[in-house]
Amino acid sequence: MPKTHAHAQRPREQWSGQLGFVLAAIGSAVGLGNIWRFPGVAYENGGGAFLIPYLVALLTAGIPILWLDYSLGHRFRGAAPTVFRRLTRGKGEILGWFQVTISCAIILYYTVIIAWSASYVWFSVDRRWGEDPAGFLIGEYLQAGDPGISTTIVPSVLIPLVGIWVVAIAILALGVQKGVERANLIFIPLLVIMFLGLVIRAVTLPGALDGLNAFFTPEWAALTDPGVWISAYSQIFFSLSIAFGIMITYSSYLKRRANLATTGLVVGFANSSFELLAGIGVFSALGFMAMQSGVPVAELPNIAGVTLAFIAFPQIISMMPGGQLFGVLFFGSLTLAGMTSLLSILQVVSAAFQEKFGITPRQAALRIGGVAALVSIALFSTTTALPLLDTVDKYVNEVGVAGSAVVMAVVVTWVVRRLPELQGHLNNRPGVRVGGWWRVLVGVVVPVVLGYILISGIRTLIVEGYDEYPRWFTNTFGWGTIAALVVLAGLMTVLRWRRSPDDYQPEELPGLHGDTREVGR
Amino acid sequence: MTTTALVFMLLAMVLVWGGLVVSILRLRRDGNDAGWDEHGDPVDGHPGVGRE
Repeated sequence: MPKTHAHAQRPREQWSGQLGFVLAAIGSAVGLGNIWRFPGVAYENGGGAFLIPYLVALLTAGIPILWLDYSLGHRFRGAAPTVFRRLTRGKGEILGWFQVTISCAIILYYTVIIAWSASYVWFSVDRRWGEDPAGFLIGEYLQAGDPGISTTIVPSVLIPLVGIWVVAIAILALGVQKGVERANLIFIPLLVIMFLGLVIRAVTLPGALDGLNAFFTPEWAALTDPGVWISAYSQIFFSLSIAFGIMITYSSYLKRRANLATTGLVVGFANSSFELLAGIGVFSALGFMAMQSGVPVAELPNIAGVTLAFIAFPQIISMMPGGQLFGVLFFGSLTLAGMTSLLSILQVVSAAFQEKFGITPRQAALRIGGVAALVSIALFSTTTALPLLDTVDKYVNEVGVAGSAVVMAVVVTWVVRRLPELQGHLNNRPGVRVGGWWRVLVGVVVPVVLGYILISGIRTLIVEGYDEYPRWFTNTFGWGTIAALVVLAGLMTVLRWRRSPDDYQPEELPGLHGDTREVGR
Repeated sequence: MTTTALVFMLLAMVLVWGGLVVSILRLRRDGNDAGWDEHGDPVDGHPGVGRE
Protein backbone atom coordinates (compact mmCIF):
# COMPACT_ATOMS: atom_id res chain seq x y z
CA MET A 1 0.00 0.00 0.00
CA PRO A 2 1.32 3.43 -0.80
CA LYS A 3 1.80 5.66 2.21
CA THR A 4 0.18 9.06 2.23
CA HIS A 5 1.12 12.35 3.76
CA ALA A 6 -0.69 13.74 6.73
CA HIS A 7 -0.75 17.20 5.22
CA ALA A 8 -1.81 16.21 1.73
CA GLN A 9 -4.21 18.70 0.25
CA ARG A 10 -5.15 18.00 -3.32
CA PRO A 11 -5.09 14.80 -5.35
CA ARG A 12 -2.55 14.72 -8.13
CA GLU A 13 -3.90 15.38 -11.59
CA GLN A 14 -4.49 12.23 -13.64
CA TRP A 15 -5.19 11.11 -17.16
CA SER A 16 -8.80 10.02 -17.55
CA GLY A 17 -7.63 6.61 -18.74
CA GLN A 18 -4.97 4.67 -20.60
CA LEU A 19 -6.10 6.03 -23.99
CA GLY A 20 -5.58 9.63 -22.92
CA PHE A 21 -2.04 8.88 -21.82
CA VAL A 22 -1.19 6.81 -24.89
CA LEU A 23 -2.42 9.52 -27.26
CA ALA A 24 -0.59 12.24 -25.36
CA ALA A 25 2.63 10.19 -25.30
CA ILE A 26 2.34 9.47 -29.03
CA GLY A 27 1.59 13.14 -29.62
CA SER A 28 4.76 14.02 -27.77
CA ALA A 29 6.91 11.53 -29.65
CA VAL A 30 5.49 12.31 -33.09
CA GLY A 31 6.83 15.73 -33.93
CA LEU A 32 8.50 17.71 -36.67
CA GLY A 33 11.51 15.37 -36.74
CA ASN A 34 9.35 12.40 -37.74
CA ILE A 35 8.22 14.20 -40.86
CA TRP A 36 11.26 16.15 -41.95
CA ARG A 37 14.22 14.31 -40.41
CA PHE A 38 13.61 10.55 -40.61
CA PRO A 39 13.11 10.23 -44.41
CA GLY A 40 16.40 12.00 -45.16
CA VAL A 41 18.34 10.14 -42.45
CA ALA A 42 17.08 6.75 -43.69
CA TYR A 43 17.84 7.60 -47.31
CA GLU A 44 21.36 8.79 -46.58
CA ASN A 45 22.18 5.82 -44.35
CA GLY A 46 21.52 2.79 -46.48
CA GLY A 47 17.90 3.16 -47.60
CA GLY A 48 16.09 -0.14 -47.00
CA ALA A 49 19.11 -1.53 -45.15
CA PHE A 50 18.70 1.26 -42.57
CA LEU A 51 15.67 -0.67 -41.34
CA ILE A 52 17.97 -3.13 -39.55
CA PRO A 53 19.98 -0.71 -37.37
CA TYR A 54 16.84 1.38 -36.90
CA LEU A 55 14.83 -1.51 -35.43
CA VAL A 56 17.80 -2.68 -33.37
CA ALA A 57 18.11 0.87 -31.96
CA LEU A 58 14.38 1.00 -31.22
CA LEU A 59 14.46 -2.27 -29.30
CA THR A 60 17.80 -1.85 -27.51
CA ALA A 61 17.70 1.87 -26.64
CA GLY A 62 14.44 3.62 -27.55
CA ILE A 63 11.94 1.40 -25.76
CA PRO A 64 14.29 0.63 -22.80
CA ILE A 65 14.75 4.38 -22.12
CA LEU A 66 11.00 4.92 -22.52
CA TRP A 67 10.47 2.27 -19.84
CA LEU A 68 13.09 3.95 -17.66
CA ASP A 69 11.31 7.32 -17.98
CA TYR A 70 7.90 5.72 -17.34
CA SER A 71 9.04 3.81 -14.28
CA LEU A 72 10.81 6.86 -12.80
CA GLY A 73 7.83 9.18 -13.28
CA HIS A 74 5.25 6.66 -12.16
CA ARG A 75 7.15 5.34 -9.16
CA PHE A 76 8.27 8.68 -7.79
CA ARG A 77 5.15 10.60 -8.82
CA GLY A 78 6.38 13.92 -10.03
CA ALA A 79 8.01 16.13 -12.59
CA ALA A 80 11.72 15.57 -13.24
CA PRO A 81 13.13 17.61 -10.28
CA THR A 82 10.79 15.89 -7.81
CA VAL A 83 11.57 12.47 -9.26
CA PHE A 84 15.36 12.84 -9.18
CA ARG A 85 15.24 14.39 -5.72
CA ARG A 86 13.24 11.44 -4.42
CA LEU A 87 15.29 8.90 -6.37
CA THR A 88 18.62 10.14 -5.06
CA ARG A 89 17.36 11.33 -1.68
CA GLY A 90 18.08 14.95 -2.46
CA LYS A 91 21.40 15.08 -4.30
CA GLY A 92 20.13 14.53 -7.82
CA GLU A 93 17.53 17.28 -8.04
CA ILE A 94 19.80 19.30 -10.32
CA LEU A 95 19.55 16.60 -13.02
CA GLY A 96 15.77 17.06 -13.00
CA TRP A 97 16.15 20.82 -13.29
CA PHE A 98 18.65 20.37 -16.10
CA GLN A 99 15.96 18.43 -17.99
CA VAL A 100 13.51 21.24 -17.26
CA THR A 101 15.89 23.95 -18.49
CA ILE A 102 16.49 21.90 -21.66
CA SER A 103 12.72 21.91 -22.17
CA CYS A 104 12.65 25.67 -21.53
CA ALA A 105 15.23 26.22 -24.26
CA ILE A 106 13.42 23.98 -26.74
CA ILE A 107 10.01 25.63 -26.32
CA LEU A 108 11.50 29.02 -27.12
CA TYR A 109 12.36 28.07 -30.70
CA TYR A 110 10.01 25.13 -31.30
CA THR A 111 7.04 27.49 -31.20
CA VAL A 112 8.41 29.60 -34.03
CA ILE A 113 8.75 26.58 -36.34
CA ILE A 114 5.12 25.73 -35.60
CA ALA A 115 4.26 29.36 -36.38
CA TRP A 116 6.03 29.09 -39.75
CA SER A 117 4.12 25.87 -40.49
CA ALA A 118 0.81 27.52 -39.60
CA SER A 119 1.67 30.45 -41.89
CA TYR A 120 2.48 28.05 -44.73
CA VAL A 121 -0.95 26.42 -44.38
CA TRP A 122 -2.32 29.80 -45.39
CA PHE A 123 0.39 30.43 -48.00
CA SER A 124 -0.42 27.07 -49.63
CA VAL A 125 -3.88 28.29 -50.61
CA ASP A 126 -2.52 30.80 -53.13
CA ARG A 127 1.00 29.36 -53.40
CA ARG A 128 2.36 32.61 -52.06
CA TRP A 129 6.00 31.62 -52.67
CA GLY A 130 5.58 31.94 -56.44
CA GLU A 131 8.40 30.60 -58.59
CA ASP A 132 11.11 30.90 -55.95
CA PRO A 133 10.26 29.22 -52.61
CA ALA A 134 13.82 29.60 -51.29
CA GLY A 135 13.91 33.30 -52.03
CA PHE A 136 10.44 33.73 -50.56
CA LEU A 137 11.33 31.90 -47.33
CA ILE A 138 14.67 33.58 -46.66
CA GLY A 139 13.96 36.99 -48.16
CA GLU A 140 10.30 37.88 -48.13
CA TYR A 141 8.93 35.79 -45.25
CA LEU A 142 11.75 35.48 -42.68
CA GLN A 143 13.72 38.53 -43.90
CA ALA A 144 16.69 36.55 -42.64
CA GLY A 145 19.85 38.42 -41.75
CA ASP A 146 23.38 37.35 -40.86
CA PRO A 147 24.00 35.37 -37.66
CA GLY A 148 23.68 37.60 -34.62
CA ILE A 149 20.97 39.17 -32.51
CA SER A 150 18.60 41.55 -34.21
CA THR A 151 15.83 43.61 -32.65
CA THR A 152 14.04 44.02 -35.98
CA ILE A 153 10.70 42.26 -35.60
CA VAL A 154 9.20 40.47 -38.61
CA PRO A 155 5.42 41.04 -38.34
CA SER A 156 4.52 38.07 -40.56
CA VAL A 157 6.32 35.78 -38.08
CA LEU A 158 5.27 37.68 -34.96
CA ILE A 159 1.51 37.34 -35.53
CA PRO A 160 1.33 33.52 -35.92
CA LEU A 161 3.93 33.12 -33.14
CA VAL A 162 1.73 35.07 -30.72
CA GLY A 163 -1.22 32.93 -31.86
CA ILE A 164 0.63 29.68 -31.17
CA TRP A 165 1.64 30.87 -27.71
CA VAL A 166 -1.93 31.94 -26.86
CA VAL A 167 -3.33 28.56 -27.89
CA ALA A 168 -0.59 26.62 -26.07
CA ILE A 169 -0.94 28.61 -22.83
CA ALA A 170 -4.73 28.28 -22.94
CA ILE A 171 -4.52 24.50 -23.30
CA LEU A 172 -1.86 24.24 -20.60
CA ALA A 173 -3.92 26.34 -18.18
CA LEU A 174 -6.80 23.86 -18.42
CA GLY A 175 -4.64 21.20 -16.78
CA VAL A 176 -3.66 17.67 -17.71
CA GLN A 177 -7.05 16.08 -18.28
CA LYS A 178 -9.14 18.97 -19.59
CA GLY A 179 -6.30 20.63 -21.46
CA VAL A 180 -3.44 18.42 -22.68
CA GLU A 181 -5.44 15.19 -22.88
CA ARG A 182 -8.44 16.69 -24.69
CA ALA A 183 -6.18 18.55 -27.14
CA ASN A 184 -4.40 15.31 -28.01
CA LEU A 185 -7.71 13.49 -28.29
CA ILE A 186 -8.59 15.91 -31.10
CA PHE A 187 -5.17 16.64 -32.62
CA ILE A 188 -3.80 13.09 -32.97
CA PRO A 189 -6.72 11.52 -34.91
CA LEU A 190 -6.85 14.69 -37.04
CA LEU A 191 -3.10 14.46 -37.69
CA VAL A 192 -3.36 10.80 -38.70
CA ILE A 193 -6.30 11.47 -41.07
CA MET A 194 -4.60 14.48 -42.66
CA PHE A 195 -1.27 12.74 -43.05
CA LEU A 196 -2.87 9.58 -44.46
CA GLY A 197 -4.68 11.76 -47.01
CA LEU A 198 -1.35 13.37 -47.93
CA VAL A 199 0.43 10.01 -48.30
CA ILE A 200 -2.37 8.55 -50.43
CA ARG A 201 -2.13 11.55 -52.76
CA ALA A 202 1.67 11.37 -52.79
CA VAL A 203 1.91 7.68 -53.77
CA THR A 204 -0.49 8.23 -56.68
CA LEU A 205 1.68 10.97 -58.22
CA PRO A 206 3.69 10.23 -61.35
CA GLY A 207 7.27 9.39 -60.36
CA ALA A 208 6.27 8.30 -56.84
CA LEU A 209 7.59 4.79 -57.45
CA ASP A 210 11.00 6.22 -58.36
CA GLY A 211 11.05 7.99 -55.03
CA LEU A 212 10.04 4.86 -53.13
CA ASN A 213 12.65 2.93 -55.08
CA ALA A 214 15.34 5.35 -53.92
CA PHE A 215 14.05 5.27 -50.35
CA PHE A 216 13.75 1.50 -49.90
CA THR A 217 16.57 0.07 -52.06
CA PRO A 218 19.08 -1.31 -49.55
CA GLU A 219 22.76 -0.45 -49.61
CA TRP A 220 24.24 -3.37 -47.74
CA ALA A 221 27.67 -1.79 -47.40
CA ALA A 222 26.08 0.78 -45.11
CA LEU A 223 25.62 -1.87 -42.42
CA THR A 224 29.37 -2.13 -41.94
CA ASP A 225 29.65 1.63 -41.41
CA PRO A 226 29.55 2.49 -37.68
CA GLY A 227 28.27 5.96 -38.62
CA VAL A 228 25.07 4.42 -39.98
CA TRP A 229 24.43 2.62 -36.69
CA ILE A 230 25.11 5.82 -34.77
CA SER A 231 22.64 7.63 -37.05
CA ALA A 232 20.01 4.97 -36.30
CA TYR A 233 20.49 5.31 -32.54
CA SER A 234 20.47 9.11 -32.84
CA GLN A 235 17.26 9.09 -34.89
CA ILE A 236 15.48 6.81 -32.43
CA PHE A 237 16.79 8.70 -29.44
CA PHE A 238 15.96 12.21 -30.63
CA SER A 239 12.56 11.34 -32.09
CA LEU A 240 11.08 9.59 -29.04
CA SER A 241 11.07 12.62 -26.71
CA ILE A 242 13.05 10.74 -24.10
CA ALA A 243 15.48 11.80 -21.38
CA PHE A 244 14.42 15.39 -20.96
CA GLY A 245 11.54 15.00 -18.60
CA ILE A 246 8.52 14.59 -20.87
CA MET A 247 7.78 10.92 -20.33
CA ILE A 248 8.71 11.21 -16.65
CA THR A 249 6.14 13.98 -16.23
CA TYR A 250 3.44 12.33 -18.36
CA SER A 251 3.73 8.94 -16.61
CA SER A 252 3.45 10.62 -13.21
CA TYR A 253 -0.20 11.38 -14.05
CA LEU A 254 -1.02 7.70 -14.65
CA LYS A 255 -3.13 5.82 -12.15
CA ARG A 256 -1.36 3.40 -9.90
CA ARG A 257 -2.31 0.17 -11.67
CA ALA A 258 -1.55 1.54 -15.13
CA ASN A 259 0.18 -0.67 -17.64
CA LEU A 260 3.60 0.87 -18.24
CA ALA A 261 5.61 -1.69 -20.19
CA THR A 262 3.11 -2.48 -22.96
CA THR A 263 2.26 1.20 -23.26
CA GLY A 264 5.95 1.84 -23.92
CA LEU A 265 5.85 -0.68 -26.77
CA VAL A 266 2.77 1.00 -28.26
CA VAL A 267 4.32 4.48 -28.08
CA GLY A 268 7.67 3.29 -29.47
CA PHE A 269 6.13 1.46 -32.42
CA ALA A 270 3.57 4.24 -33.05
CA ASN A 271 6.40 6.76 -33.34
CA SER A 272 8.27 4.53 -35.79
CA SER A 273 5.04 3.78 -37.70
CA PHE A 274 4.50 7.47 -38.26
CA GLU A 275 8.13 7.86 -39.37
CA LEU A 276 7.72 5.08 -41.90
CA LEU A 277 4.52 6.68 -43.20
CA ALA A 278 6.36 10.00 -43.45
CA GLY A 279 9.19 8.33 -45.37
CA ILE A 280 6.71 6.89 -47.88
CA GLY A 281 4.89 10.21 -48.28
CA VAL A 282 7.98 12.39 -48.50
CA PHE A 283 9.89 10.19 -50.95
CA SER A 284 6.83 9.68 -53.16
CA ALA A 285 6.58 13.46 -53.39
CA LEU A 286 10.33 13.79 -54.00
CA GLY A 287 10.04 11.16 -56.77
CA PHE A 288 7.36 13.32 -58.39
CA MET A 289 9.57 16.38 -58.03
CA ALA A 290 12.54 14.57 -59.57
CA MET A 291 10.44 13.43 -62.53
CA GLN A 292 9.08 16.94 -63.10
CA SER A 293 12.59 18.38 -62.86
CA GLY A 294 14.10 15.72 -65.12
CA VAL A 295 16.75 14.65 -62.60
CA PRO A 296 17.27 11.43 -60.60
CA VAL A 297 16.05 11.42 -57.00
CA ALA A 298 19.68 11.03 -55.88
CA GLU A 299 20.52 14.44 -57.30
CA LEU A 300 17.77 16.32 -55.48
CA PRO A 301 18.99 18.82 -52.88
CA ASN A 302 17.05 19.77 -49.74
CA ILE A 303 15.77 16.39 -48.54
CA ALA A 304 15.75 17.13 -44.81
CA GLY A 305 14.90 19.73 -42.21
CA VAL A 306 13.73 23.27 -42.78
CA THR A 307 14.76 23.19 -46.43
CA LEU A 308 12.71 20.05 -47.12
CA ALA A 309 9.60 21.46 -45.48
CA PHE A 310 9.75 25.10 -46.52
CA ILE A 311 11.60 24.99 -49.84
CA ALA A 312 11.27 21.52 -51.44
CA PHE A 313 7.62 20.97 -50.51
CA PRO A 314 6.46 24.37 -51.77
CA GLN A 315 8.20 23.50 -55.07
CA ILE A 316 6.32 20.20 -55.17
CA ILE A 317 3.04 21.93 -54.32
CA SER A 318 3.59 24.40 -57.16
CA MET A 319 4.24 21.58 -59.65
CA MET A 320 1.23 19.53 -58.63
CA PRO A 321 -2.31 19.80 -59.97
CA GLY A 322 -4.49 20.59 -56.94
CA GLY A 323 -1.32 21.26 -54.96
CA GLN A 324 -3.09 23.72 -52.68
CA LEU A 325 -4.93 20.93 -50.83
CA PHE A 326 -1.70 18.92 -50.64
CA GLY A 327 0.00 21.94 -49.11
CA VAL A 328 -2.74 22.46 -46.55
CA LEU A 329 -2.48 18.78 -45.56
CA PHE A 330 1.33 18.86 -45.32
CA PHE A 331 1.71 22.09 -43.37
CA GLY A 332 -1.41 21.34 -41.32
CA SER A 333 0.21 18.02 -40.34
CA LEU A 334 3.44 19.79 -39.41
CA THR A 335 1.49 22.28 -37.28
CA LEU A 336 -0.46 19.57 -35.45
CA ALA A 337 2.57 17.33 -34.92
CA GLY A 338 4.45 20.32 -33.57
CA MET A 339 1.61 21.44 -31.29
CA THR A 340 1.22 18.05 -29.60
CA SER A 341 4.97 17.89 -28.95
CA LEU A 342 5.04 21.49 -27.75
CA LEU A 343 2.29 20.81 -25.20
CA SER A 344 4.29 17.94 -23.75
CA ILE A 345 7.46 20.03 -23.42
CA LEU A 346 5.51 22.88 -21.82
CA GLN A 347 3.99 20.43 -19.36
CA VAL A 348 7.50 19.44 -18.20
CA VAL A 349 8.21 23.05 -17.25
CA SER A 350 4.75 23.75 -15.86
CA ALA A 351 4.69 20.64 -13.65
CA ALA A 352 8.16 21.32 -12.26
CA PHE A 353 7.23 24.89 -11.24
CA GLN A 354 3.86 23.77 -9.84
CA GLU A 355 5.58 21.30 -7.57
CA LYS A 356 8.49 23.49 -6.47
CA PHE A 357 6.45 26.62 -5.77
CA GLY A 358 3.04 25.11 -4.94
CA ILE A 359 1.19 26.91 -7.71
CA THR A 360 -1.76 25.71 -9.77
CA PRO A 361 -1.62 24.65 -13.42
CA ARG A 362 -3.36 27.87 -14.39
CA GLN A 363 -0.87 30.01 -12.49
CA ALA A 364 2.04 28.04 -13.95
CA ALA A 365 0.67 28.32 -17.49
CA LEU A 366 0.17 32.07 -17.23
CA ARG A 367 3.39 32.91 -15.40
CA ILE A 368 5.86 30.48 -16.96
CA GLY A 369 4.12 30.46 -20.33
CA GLY A 370 3.90 34.24 -20.32
CA VAL A 371 7.60 34.74 -19.61
CA ALA A 372 8.60 32.05 -22.12
CA ALA A 373 6.34 33.62 -24.75
CA LEU A 374 7.95 37.03 -24.29
CA VAL A 375 11.49 35.61 -24.56
CA SER A 376 10.51 33.46 -27.53
CA ILE A 377 8.94 36.42 -29.32
CA ALA A 378 11.90 38.68 -28.54
CA LEU A 379 14.46 36.18 -29.86
CA PHE A 380 12.67 34.36 -32.65
CA SER A 381 10.28 36.77 -34.33
CA THR A 382 13.26 38.78 -35.53
CA THR A 383 15.39 38.69 -38.66
CA THR A 384 18.04 36.53 -36.94
CA ALA A 385 15.69 33.73 -35.89
CA LEU A 386 16.85 31.12 -38.41
CA PRO A 387 20.59 30.90 -37.55
CA LEU A 388 19.81 31.31 -33.86
CA LEU A 389 17.28 28.48 -33.65
CA ASP A 390 19.44 26.26 -35.85
CA THR A 391 22.41 26.70 -33.49
CA VAL A 392 20.50 26.44 -30.23
CA ASP A 393 18.67 23.33 -31.48
CA LYS A 394 21.94 21.64 -32.45
CA TYR A 395 23.70 22.23 -29.12
CA VAL A 396 20.68 21.62 -26.89
CA ASN A 397 19.97 18.27 -28.52
CA GLU A 398 23.45 16.91 -29.18
CA VAL A 399 24.99 18.10 -25.93
CA GLY A 400 22.10 18.77 -23.54
CA VAL A 401 19.63 15.98 -24.24
CA ALA A 402 22.25 13.33 -25.00
CA GLY A 403 24.21 14.34 -21.89
CA SER A 404 21.08 14.19 -19.77
CA ALA A 405 20.33 10.67 -21.01
CA VAL A 406 23.82 9.37 -20.30
CA VAL A 407 23.92 10.90 -16.81
CA MET A 408 20.40 9.63 -16.05
CA ALA A 409 21.26 6.04 -17.06
CA VAL A 410 24.54 6.11 -15.12
CA VAL A 411 23.00 7.64 -11.99
CA VAL A 412 20.07 5.21 -11.87
CA THR A 413 22.17 2.15 -12.65
CA TRP A 414 25.56 2.73 -11.09
CA VAL A 415 25.23 5.53 -8.52
CA VAL A 416 21.96 4.94 -6.68
CA ARG A 417 21.63 1.36 -8.05
CA ARG A 418 17.84 1.45 -8.16
CA LEU A 419 17.33 -0.19 -11.54
CA PRO A 420 16.16 -3.49 -9.98
CA GLU A 421 13.54 -1.50 -8.03
CA LEU A 422 12.32 0.16 -11.23
CA GLN A 423 12.21 -3.22 -12.97
CA GLY A 424 10.11 -4.48 -10.09
CA HIS A 425 7.83 -1.47 -10.43
CA LEU A 426 7.28 -2.19 -14.14
CA ASN A 427 6.58 -5.85 -13.43
CA ASN A 428 4.31 -5.20 -10.47
CA ARG A 429 1.49 -4.09 -12.76
CA PRO A 430 -0.17 -5.40 -15.91
CA GLY A 431 1.88 -5.52 -19.09
CA VAL A 432 4.68 -7.38 -20.79
CA ARG A 433 7.26 -8.73 -18.39
CA VAL A 434 10.55 -6.84 -18.30
CA GLY A 435 13.50 -9.18 -17.79
CA GLY A 436 17.02 -8.68 -16.49
CA TRP A 437 18.13 -7.89 -20.04
CA TRP A 438 16.50 -4.46 -19.58
CA ARG A 439 18.97 -3.64 -16.83
CA VAL A 440 21.86 -4.58 -19.13
CA LEU A 441 20.47 -2.38 -21.92
CA VAL A 442 19.87 0.63 -19.66
CA GLY A 443 22.98 0.18 -17.55
CA VAL A 444 25.51 -0.76 -20.23
CA VAL A 445 24.29 -0.43 -23.83
CA VAL A 446 22.58 2.95 -23.46
CA PRO A 447 25.47 4.72 -21.65
CA VAL A 448 28.03 3.27 -24.06
CA VAL A 449 26.14 4.07 -27.29
CA LEU A 450 24.76 7.42 -26.21
CA GLY A 451 28.05 8.26 -24.51
CA TYR A 452 29.80 7.70 -27.85
CA ILE A 453 27.21 9.88 -29.63
CA LEU A 454 27.64 12.57 -26.97
CA ILE A 455 31.44 12.59 -26.96
CA SER A 456 31.80 12.43 -30.75
CA GLY A 457 29.20 15.19 -31.07
CA ILE A 458 31.02 17.42 -28.57
CA ARG A 459 34.36 16.71 -30.24
CA THR A 460 32.99 17.67 -33.66
CA LEU A 461 31.45 20.85 -32.32
CA ILE A 462 34.71 21.83 -30.63
CA VAL A 463 37.00 20.96 -33.54
CA GLU A 464 34.85 21.91 -36.52
CA GLY A 465 32.23 24.23 -35.07
CA TYR A 466 28.74 24.02 -36.51
CA ASP A 467 27.84 24.53 -40.12
CA GLU A 468 29.35 27.72 -41.50
CA TYR A 469 28.47 29.91 -38.56
CA PRO A 470 31.25 32.09 -37.11
CA ARG A 471 32.93 30.75 -33.98
CA TRP A 472 31.91 33.71 -31.85
CA PHE A 473 28.29 32.95 -32.75
CA THR A 474 28.36 29.21 -31.95
CA ASN A 475 30.41 29.83 -28.82
CA THR A 476 27.96 32.45 -27.59
CA PHE A 477 24.65 30.88 -28.53
CA GLY A 478 25.64 27.20 -28.67
CA TRP A 479 28.01 26.59 -25.78
CA GLY A 480 26.63 29.68 -24.04
CA THR A 481 23.15 28.16 -24.04
CA ILE A 482 24.45 24.92 -22.54
CA ALA A 483 26.30 26.83 -19.81
CA ALA A 484 23.20 28.91 -19.10
CA LEU A 485 21.05 25.77 -18.79
CA VAL A 486 23.46 24.26 -16.25
CA VAL A 487 23.65 27.47 -14.21
CA LEU A 488 19.86 27.89 -14.25
CA ALA A 489 19.42 24.27 -13.17
CA GLY A 490 21.78 24.90 -10.26
CA LEU A 491 19.93 28.06 -9.25
CA MET A 492 16.55 26.31 -9.34
CA THR A 493 17.96 23.50 -7.23
CA VAL A 494 19.05 25.76 -4.38
CA LEU A 495 15.69 27.56 -4.16
CA ARG A 496 13.41 26.44 -1.32
CA TRP A 497 10.47 24.11 -1.94
CA ARG A 498 7.07 25.45 -0.99
CA ARG A 499 6.36 22.00 0.42
CA SER A 500 9.10 19.43 0.77
CA PRO A 501 8.70 16.43 -1.54
CA ASP A 502 10.97 14.33 0.64
CA ASP A 503 8.45 12.67 2.96
CA TYR A 504 7.28 10.38 0.20
CA GLN A 505 7.46 6.63 0.23
CA PRO A 506 7.09 4.86 -3.09
CA GLU A 507 4.88 1.81 -3.41
CA GLU A 508 6.24 -1.25 -1.64
CA LEU A 509 7.22 -4.04 -3.99
CA PRO A 510 7.17 -7.77 -3.30
CA GLY A 511 10.68 -9.25 -3.24
CA LEU A 512 12.35 -5.89 -3.68
CA HIS A 513 15.16 -6.61 -1.29
CA GLY A 514 15.54 -10.15 -2.43
CA ASP A 515 15.61 -11.65 -5.89
CA THR A 516 14.00 -9.11 -8.19
CA ARG A 517 13.22 -11.87 -10.66
CA GLU A 518 10.39 -12.75 -8.35
CA VAL A 519 8.89 -9.31 -8.76
CA GLY A 520 6.33 -9.97 -11.41
CA ARG A 521 2.73 -10.16 -12.21
CA MET B 1 10.05 0.05 -58.43
CA THR B 2 12.49 -2.84 -58.18
CA THR B 3 11.59 -6.14 -56.54
CA THR B 4 14.25 -5.58 -53.84
CA ALA B 5 12.87 -2.15 -52.94
CA LEU B 6 9.33 -3.55 -52.90
CA VAL B 7 10.37 -6.40 -50.60
CA PHE B 8 12.04 -3.96 -48.21
CA MET B 9 9.03 -1.68 -48.22
CA LEU B 10 6.74 -4.60 -47.36
CA LEU B 11 9.21 -5.84 -44.74
CA ALA B 12 9.31 -2.42 -43.11
CA MET B 13 5.51 -2.25 -43.09
CA VAL B 14 5.17 -5.72 -41.57
CA LEU B 15 7.80 -5.18 -38.88
CA VAL B 16 6.97 -1.61 -37.85
CA TRP B 17 3.22 -1.42 -38.40
CA GLY B 18 2.87 -5.07 -37.38
CA GLY B 19 4.75 -4.27 -34.18
CA LEU B 20 2.30 -1.46 -33.50
CA VAL B 21 -0.75 -3.66 -34.10
CA VAL B 22 0.59 -6.47 -31.91
CA SER B 23 1.47 -4.08 -29.07
CA ILE B 24 -1.97 -2.42 -29.24
CA LEU B 25 -3.68 -5.83 -29.12
CA ARG B 26 -1.49 -6.78 -26.17
CA LEU B 27 -2.32 -3.51 -24.39
CA ARG B 28 -6.04 -4.12 -24.90
CA ARG B 29 -5.72 -7.67 -23.59
CA ASP B 30 -3.69 -6.57 -20.57
CA GLY B 31 -6.19 -3.79 -19.93
CA ASN B 32 -9.10 -6.21 -20.02
CA ASP B 33 -7.29 -8.62 -17.72
CA ALA B 34 -6.42 -6.00 -15.16
CA GLY B 35 -9.25 -3.51 -15.50
CA TRP B 36 -8.66 0.21 -15.31
CA ASP B 37 -9.00 1.82 -11.93
CA GLU B 38 -11.82 4.21 -12.71
CA HIS B 39 -12.12 5.33 -9.13
CA GLY B 40 -8.78 7.06 -9.15
CA ASP B 41 -5.96 6.86 -6.72
CA PRO B 42 -5.76 7.88 -3.13
CA VAL B 43 -4.30 11.25 -2.46
CA ASP B 44 -0.56 10.77 -2.53
CA GLY B 45 0.44 14.03 -0.98
CA HIS B 46 2.35 15.26 -3.94
CA PRO B 47 3.41 18.88 -3.65
CA GLY B 48 1.77 21.40 -5.90
CA VAL B 49 -0.75 19.05 -7.41
CA GLY B 50 -4.28 19.49 -8.60
CA ARG B 51 -6.16 22.46 -9.92
CA GLU B 52 -8.06 24.97 -7.94
